[in-house]
Amino acid sequence: MEPRVIRFRLNGEWVRLSVMPNELLINVLREKLHLTGTKYWCGIGECGGCTVLLDGEPVLSCLTLAVDVDGRKVTTIEGLATGEDDLTPLQRAFIEEGAIQCGFCTPGFILTAQALLRENPNPTEEEIREYVRGNLCRCTGYVSIIRAVKRAASEAVKSRRPGPAAGAASG
Amino acid sequence: MLPEFEYHRPASLEEAVRLLSELGPDAKVIAGGTDLVVKMRAGLVSPRHVVDLSRLTEIRFIRDEGDRLKIGAGTTLWEIENSREVARGVPVLREAVEEMASWHVKTTATIGGNLCNASPAADAAPPLMVHDATLVVVGPEGRREVPIGEFFTGPGQTVLGVGEILAEVVVPKMRRGQGAAFEKLTVREGALSIASAAALVEISGGRFVDARVALGAVAPTPIRALKVERALKGRPATREILRSASREAKADIKPITDVRGSREYREEMSVVLVRRALERAVERAGGAWA
Ligand SMILES: Cc1cc2nc3c(=O)[nH]c(=O)nc-3n(C[C@H](O)[C@H](O)[C@H](O)COP(=O)(O)OP(=O)(O)OC[C@H]3O[C@@H](n4cnc5c(N)ncnc54)[C@H](O)[C@@H]3O)c2cc1C
Ligand code: FES
Ligand code: FES
Repeated sequence: MEPRVIRFRLNGEWVRLSVMPNELLINVLREKLHLTGTKYWCGIGECGGCTVLLDGEPVLSCLTLAVDVDGRKVTTIEGLATGEDDLTPLQRAFIEEGAIQCGFCTPGFILTAQALLRENPNPTEEEIREYVRGNLCRCTGYVSIIRAVKRAASEAVKSRRPGPAAGAASG
Repeated sequence: MLPEFEYHRPASLEEAVRLLSELGPDAKVIAGGTDLVVKMRAGLVSPRHVVDLSRLTEIRFIRDEGDRLKIGAGTTLWEIENSREVARGVPVLREAVEEMASWHVKTTATIGGNLCNASPAADAAPPLMVHDATLVVVGPEGRREVPIGEFFTGPGQTVLGVGEILAEVVVPKMRRGQGAAFEKLTVREGALSIASAAALVEISGGRFVDARVALGAVAPTPIRALKVERALKGRPATREILRSASREAKADIKPITDVRGSREYREEMSVVLVRRALERAVERAGGAWA
């Protein structure tokens, strides 16, 4: 088995590293790049804990070969904010709505919800439930999570100014 | 960790076929990997070579060709769910895809992978079977067309030979006067089918001029329910005839007991799913019960 050199844009910066063909993206993120916000949970695609955004769409890093992200754009939870002072509206809404208990599912939910709000800035409750059905939470019972996504959406709608400059910044 | 393998990323379908023919039976294709990676992790398969098709744009398309739709095998389930052409021409496929897996899985999972994985529970299969879809396969000997009803040969098995790749799915579109519906029984939304059924009917002059029914997860492969179909064709479109025809489903299927459900449960539920799918298909066909 020959290692391969891959290059990809991780949270806005190009990284270059050598990976084995049978390495999964989740292992590379957690063990080689020490980005442990991406959670290893079920490992078989059922829970959404390992969600990352690949070219803006949610994918499961536990089912993705690392070689497959060569040349592409990967966003992990670490890419959203640099610290407590610049949390995204979605991250703030999760805190304010008590949508985080143990927190293990939170990175996956936030990335999924972020991709959802970019696609559909004003989703109905039904739509939110559809989009996050691949994310499991064992603590909250989901109600506060749905509320947080709705809150972030309505705050974004409220703060949006009319005119050509409106629209979400791209990450 | 996955078992070790060599990784190949061919730049064209032609190169992929050549590579697969050279590498022989120890090579496996990967598209979205949502079935293959899970199987490799579980040690169920350990190919020496993995050939990645996920960047082949030549098998990633949805094309409207008048009375039929062509869907590239590498098209993702998410692209299918959001396609206006599919919603209009093959709405029953969209209905099935909507109920599959989750957003995260569907952004990478492909329709070709769903069919070639050949699970008896592959949800894309029953809708394509009632549409009499044709699968276009390319291989070292060139190109051949396989009716979907002949594609599956057993659990996890298809007619694909060494070096052969599923390239596209050709689906005759729904015509006026036809209606179709899909029913799926699962423990929760997005989980694998315990049993599923698709139905397509055409009603004219108060009769079933056409009736096609297919089931998933109740036999070694997805299957057409020919006895149900025979009990409908040419008969008046009444609820009673529909109900008694649905009971024939038990004679069409060959379910087993597994973690998702027992043989008996699948038998009973097949009848219910077929009836519900047929009823909704009739309503969508214009709804006139005789
Ligand atoms: C959490 C979860 C939920 C799921 N839910 C559902 C569900 O509700 N319903 C359902 O039916 N499935 C479900 N699946 C299974 C899976 O996601 C689908 O079957 C998917 O469509 C497989 O596509 P893929 O591109 O990921 O296939 P891959 O894993 O890449 O490939 C699957 C198989 O097909 C072969 N193959 C792929 N493409 C080709 C080709 N073009 N030519 C020849 N061979 C090919 C591969 O060699 C492999 O053997 C689920 C999976 C997960 C992880
Ligand atoms: S760890 Fe990837 S989906 Fe659960
Ligand atoms: S907060 Fe604990 S799993 Fe969701």
